[in-house]
Amino acid sequence: MDACVQQRDYTAKDYKSEVKPIWCPGCGDYSVLAAITRALAAMQLAPENVAVVSGIGCSSRIPAYTSVYGFHGVHGRALPVATGLKIARPDLTVLVTGGDGDGFSIGGNHFLHACRRNVDLTYIVMDNQVYGMTKGQASPTTEPDWEGSKLTPDGAGIESFHPLVVALAAGANFIARCSSSDPNNVADIITQAIRHPGFSLVQVLSPCVTFRPEQLEWKHMVRTAAVDVTEDAARAARRLMTDDGFNVGKVLYKGDRPAYQPEAKGAAAVADLEADFAL
Amino acid sequence: MSGQTVSLVMAGSGGAGVVTAGSLLLEAAARAGWYAYMTRSSGPQIRGGEAAVMIRLGTEPIASHDDRFHLLVGVDWQNVGRFAAEIPLGPESLIIGDPGEGETPEVFVRSGAQQIALPMKALAKKVPDGRPNMVAFGAIAGMIGLTEDVVLGVLRDSLKRKGEEAIAASIAAFRAGVEAAADFPAVPRLPAGKSDTSERWSITGNEATGMGALRGGVRFVAAYPITPATEVLEWLAPALPKVGGVLVQAEDELASINQIIGGSYGGVPSLTATSGPGLALMTESLGLAVAAEVPIVVIDVMRVGPSTGIATKSEQADLNIAVYGLHGDAPHLVLAPTSVADCLFTTQWAVHLAESLQTAAIVLTDQAMGQARAVMPRSAAVSFIGQREKPAVLAEGVQYKRYANTASGVSPMAIPGMAGYTYTADGLEHNETGTPSSQASDHQAQLDKRLRKLIGYNYGDHWADITGDQDADTAILTWGSSAGPAREALERLRAAGHAVKLVAVRLISPVQPEKFAEALKGVERVLVVEQSHSGQFHRYLRAQYDLPRQVKALHHPGPLAVRPGAIVEHITQWS
Ligand SMILES: Cc1ncc(C[n+]2csc(CCOP(=O)(O)OP(=O)(O)O)c2C)c(N)n1
Ligand code: SF4
Ligand SMILES: [Mg+2]
Repeated sequence: MDACVQQRDYTAKDYKSEVKPIWCPGCGDYSVLAAITRALAAMQLAPENVAVVSGIGCSSRIPAYTSVYGFHGVHGRALPVATGLKIARPDLTVLVTGGDGDGFSIGGNHFLHACRRNVDLTYIVMDNQVYGMTKGQASPTTEPDWEGSKLTPDGAGIESFHPLVVALAAGANFIARCSSSDPNNVADIITQAIRHPGFSLVQVLSPCVTFRPEQLEWKHMVRTAAVDVTEDAARAARRLMTDDGFNVGKVLYKGDRPAYQPEAKGAAAVADLEADFAL
Repeated sequence: MSGQTVSLVMAGSGGAGVVTAGSLLLEAAARAGWYAYMTRSSGPQIRGGEAAVMIRLGTEPIASHDDRFHLLVGVDWQNVGRFAAEIPLGPESLIIGDPGEGETPEVFVRSGAQQIALPMKALAKKVPDGRPNMVAFGAIAGMIGLTEDVVLGVLRDSLKRKGEEAIAASIAAFRAGVEAAADFPAVPRLPAGKSDTSERWSITGNEATGMGALRGGVRFVAAYPITPATEVLEWLAPALPKVGGVLVQAEDELASINQIIGGSYGGVPSLTATSGPGLALMTESLGLAVAAEVPIVVIDVMRVGPSTGIATKSEQADLNIAVYGLHGDAPHLVLAPTSVADCLFTTQWAVHLAESLQTAAIVLTDQAMGQARAVMPRSAAVSFIGQREKPAVLAEGVQYKRYANTASGVSPMAIPGMAGYTYTADGLEHNETGTPSSQASDHQAQLDKRLRKLIGYNYGDHWADITGDQDADTAILTWGSSAGPAREALERLRAAGHAVKLVAVRLISPVQPEKFAEALKGVERVLVVEQSHSGQFHRYLRAQYDLPRQVKALHHPGPLAVRPGAIVEHITQWS
């Protein structure tokens, strides 16, 4: 290392790109973007060693708004892209961002298996209980009686999905919920999630002011969860299954499973493998 | 086929051990210095169903099965009749059956083949722990001229773990077979082969595909099992870690293709293998790799479709989905090996091209070539290692343009970790820096760029294998597995005095109009040969190339292979 190289201090601004978000004014996702940049600054991670991966949706637009390496793929497939990237490049810090539709509906199978596989990823889901980008349809986390969508004018009529309970059951190693109304707290939780090995899920209640304007009330409805982090999955299960979804600001579960990272360490030459075919 | 060959089938119910005996026979033939080509057919049962091994042995490398088999040995006949269409026989063929196992199925008898009784079960019973399949092996070995010392060496090596008694039992049963067949009618006996076999391999197409991937530099593979592609992945699973790579089992094909896109975005050449149903699931993300310009290779070991089709059998009917299956205008590479051996070269070349051109490459092999085992000349290493163009050092204050509109169309690609080059790869249409854009001019520019890099590239002579008579007025056009029988047909036709040329296309897409026109210079009539119901290759050629006025198409669906004789007949009867 060259001793003359000046140690540079990164600020949150250093992680923001010049690209102007397409989001509606007041959308909760602005705060999540700010929280991500603050978390990266808090950890002083060099931008070139961080990648943000996403699928499709309003919330999935985040990569282009950061100045780290980004990947904006297709709807629902952010977790597999991130899985491949992290396994191929374990030296990188890999974040995944997206929405409730992207992650729990079209990408639901990957969500289960990402929790189970426990690759060292931090998955930030901006849950607005709606498909924002396609102009307001019910998502897996939408209440069954929400009648705001032309596609399901009488309500979806099916129970909503509880992502944190599912994540726990599927093996996620870190589970937290926070609210976009408190970006400093979101930044703090994301920092902890990045530091924790294995698969970390951060659910952020992030209002869609356009298609769910009633969610503007969320900032008054949320409360700091009156619990401390537990490492006991059974306790966490009870906690998650009995809460009303508005306990925020805390890490709700932390596991101690080691991250899945197959090692690529063999140094044989490809020609050595020809022995397989010799007569 | 130059040189002499003999073709035989061993068939029987599950548990009859025909696959074991067939593999031993192949191994012995290889050690005796012969070349070999072996395919298998099995019933629909998951385990233990009836099976047939079809083997052709010869003094020169073998590209396909013959028109007919000289010898069919039924260890028993349970359900074996199901394979009749895949086991063509004629009056000059021999059928050996066990009289204690019932009558030879009528479908085989109708061929007019001569029938011979060999009480395999009874002979095996006379030997402690003797097995009828070993008696069958002995009979065949004796008839084709495999010497006992070679066979005994193979039996000793392969049964070592089972102990001396098992070896002795197998040898005794084998000898009983040799003896019983001593005065059976003749089948072709091969002359002694070359004794030095150090430059030969025994390899399946699927293994060759795996080896080609590694030689090309692939170090990350995501896998979801599917017949008949699984063996590519299963060969790679233990091989990759030895050379510093990784294989991950994914939750489905949507995941496997996106995992390799992630791995490759990270700078590691990446590949997956699947079959038709998996390829169908991958098409959306193939478009992503094209738009975001992330190099990936997808192997499609084709099977009979559509839908689940016939999972264990071969067909060349994924050409359309491979070429046209992506939405939008999404130029990409489609390649097809022309033999078991060529699975290695073509896969390696595909990795090289995908990396050089930063796009998706689909390699179409098929069940017949993937699961066939060939004893063939060792494949020499060629130096085709994937090379991605990296960005040059940027001047102070200059922003890196990931999708720079370069003359070649290839834009230097940064990989995460490189300071000063951060960008967002995007499947959304974008401008040169990668920022999403819905402007017509950006769309046009990026479409042009993604097409230009593919059509401007010099693919050299590898685009097709061209053999036969340079100035022939008749050409055979084919691809993939059908190239094997076409090669044999070409040899037969030329031996009979016909001037014919064979063009086996390896680079399906992008098309090579100039090279194609050059190859067909002076050709007045072409026969297009393929294994698909609708003639997908024929239609593709018609749409993309100028063909001479006289065109005939020989095509039928799988699983029946195209036979060399059918091609010869089409040409000789064309007046
Ligand atoms: C394969 C596919 N199907 C459908 C769509 C259309 N689509 C785009 S975003 C979206 C839903 C996004 O919802 P969510 O993930 O909750 O993100 P939000 O916009 O609410 O942040 C859908 C259905 C698509 N882009 N691709
Ligand atoms: S539609 Fe909703 S989620 Fe999308 S940007 Fe607007 S407020 Fe945000
Ligand atoms: Mg949403």
